[in-house]
Amino acid sequence: MKIAVASGKGGTGKTTLSINLSSYLAENKIFKSLILADLDVEEPNSGLFINGKTVETVEKYKFIPEWNKEKCTNCGLCERVCNFNSVLQFGKTIMILPELCHSCYACSELCPVDALPMKPQRMGEMKLVDASTYTFIESRLDIGQEQAVPLIAQTIEYIDEYSQSSDDMVIIDSPPGTSCPVIEVAKNSDFIILVTEPTPFGLHDLNLAVETMREIGKEFAVVINRWGIGNEDVIKYCEDNKIKIIAKLPNMRKIAEIYSEGRLIYNDVPGFKAELSKVADFLVELKRSSN
Amino acid sequence: MKEIVVISGKGGTGKTSLTASFAVLGGKNLVVGDCDVDADDMHLLLKPDYNVKENFKSGLYAEIIQDKCTACGKCFEVCRFNAVTIENGVYRIDELNCEGCGYCAEVCPEKAIPMIPAAVGSVFKSNIKTGATMIHARLKPGADNSGKLVAKVKQDANAAAVEMGLEMILIDGSPGIGCPVVSSLTGADYVILVTEPTPSGIHDLKRVYELVKKFKIRAGLIINKNDLNSALTEELKKYAESENINVLSLLPYNEDFTKAITAGITAAEFTESEISGFVKDAWVKAKIDIYKEK
Repeated sequence: MKIAVASGKGGTGKTTLSINLSSYLAENKIFKSLILADLDVEEPNSGLFINGKTVETVEKYKFIPEWNKEKCTNCGLCERVCNFNSVLQFGKTIMILPELCHSCYACSELCPVDALPMKPQRMGEMKLVDASTYTFIESRLDIGQEQAVPLIAQTIEYIDEYSQSSDDMVIIDSPPGTSCPVIEVAKNSDFIILVTEPTPFGLHDLNLAVETMREIGKEFAVVINRWGIGNEDVIKYCEDNKIKIIAKLPNMRKIAEIYSEGRLIYNDVPGFKAELSKVADFLVELKRSSN
Repeated sequence: MKEIVVISGKGGTGKTSLTASFAVLGGKNLVVGDCDVDADDMHLLLKPDYNVKENFKSGLYAEIIQDKCTACGKCFEVCRFNAVTIENGVYRIDELNCEGCGYCAEVCPEKAIPMIPAAVGSVFKSNIKTGATMIHARLKPGADNSGKLVAKVKQDANAAAVEMGLEMILIDGSPGIGCPVVSSLTGADYVILVTEPTPSGIHDLKRVYELVKKFKIRAGLIINKNDLNSALTEELKKYAESENINVLSLLPYNEDFTKAITAGITAAEFTESEISGFVKDAWVKAKIDIYKEK
């Protein structure tokens, strides 16, 4: 079962919840095996809190066309079929703009003389880490690569192959926002936990995230972080929209300090641990009802 | 014309709160743009009037005309994005998965697959509470092409500035390092980086600054919540020095920032609190650095 920890607004505590929840679940052996995956590939942060041993590092590639000048007859078909302006023809020269290419293969496969074979281009790196009580998987986009989706898609494929047992629990630290990267994660997950904070920014972005999840037909519930700051409008919003609030993680300067030291929070802050256990209970129930 | 973009890599560092404050301090002398199109929060503080609305379309998606479809399966064979689904022999396009490449339309022998312009969201030109003009957008939930929407916001903000004879555009950028950020940075003259002294704050700042360097844009740094972890604040200062980034301001950890947002005002307007003085000072330093000769 795959659980995506997401949020509309950045910085609401996705990573805080993901790492603390994963460690808590694994430590208490709540599921048979646990995987934490950081798929916020543009800015992956979970790994900063994990002291583990890297078991495997895999370079990740996407495929883009490469022009073979000798074979090319300059028929212009490739430029015409490319909807992303990634293949351009200047006189007798074909120019490829890799950052615009979506790897659809149309130019390559429709070329009548095979003058545009698809070649691998590195887009990032995935690593598998033994975090002692659980497995950690991280994917990291190379700087300058614009498209997060292909790397996310390939990593999810890997996770699905890696965790073939239905007893596995996979927690995914997801990208922020409501556009393609988070959609790629959410549509491949079984359930979404939306993390928000009780401020006007948090509520506005939660609403966008809720609309997005409803648009793609995914089930979700909410965890409120930094409860105690701001106001209580988010409670009313969730009630009005019949959204379950799983837990309310407290707002404390001490938590921010522990986070800034790169440490886990629940061992030092009982109020945080009590709320975290509610998230764990929720997942146990979710798993049971899905079986 | 100076185009100033505020970014942070990591979310939740105070980027929008500060951009909105600078917008208030800049008054009518600038055009404001909100390029954080996935999580457009600046309007909550700047109170735009949504004066002009434009629906923005970009990219395409495929649709199968069932009357023309002979279920030959060619579209299914060529699609790399699992966007063609088959149910009881009926072929359909899953719009969510469709990248709009048009390969299916190209190979369909019956010409049964038109490519349709995709709605990305809406762009607004508003008057805000300071009397200035703001260009902002709303991404359609789950839409692709947020980078294109960002480019559109910037283009409209530039046009508005030219029309009004203004010399500055202030942009709230998007998080991350992907296409919306690349769009945000394209054509910018100066970047204000906002970070915090946490492992993720530093990590994300360094990654996004690598991107800024590729664009050869000068940058200033604001360290928010600097007293949360003095060792990491020192590390950030050293990093800034080594990269020739001017440290514009060290802001304290102060929940008044959240109180201001909750009251619907910017930190700059929260004059009872020390934070208004801090952000005013940061804006003065930023302006000096922006207009400094290279």
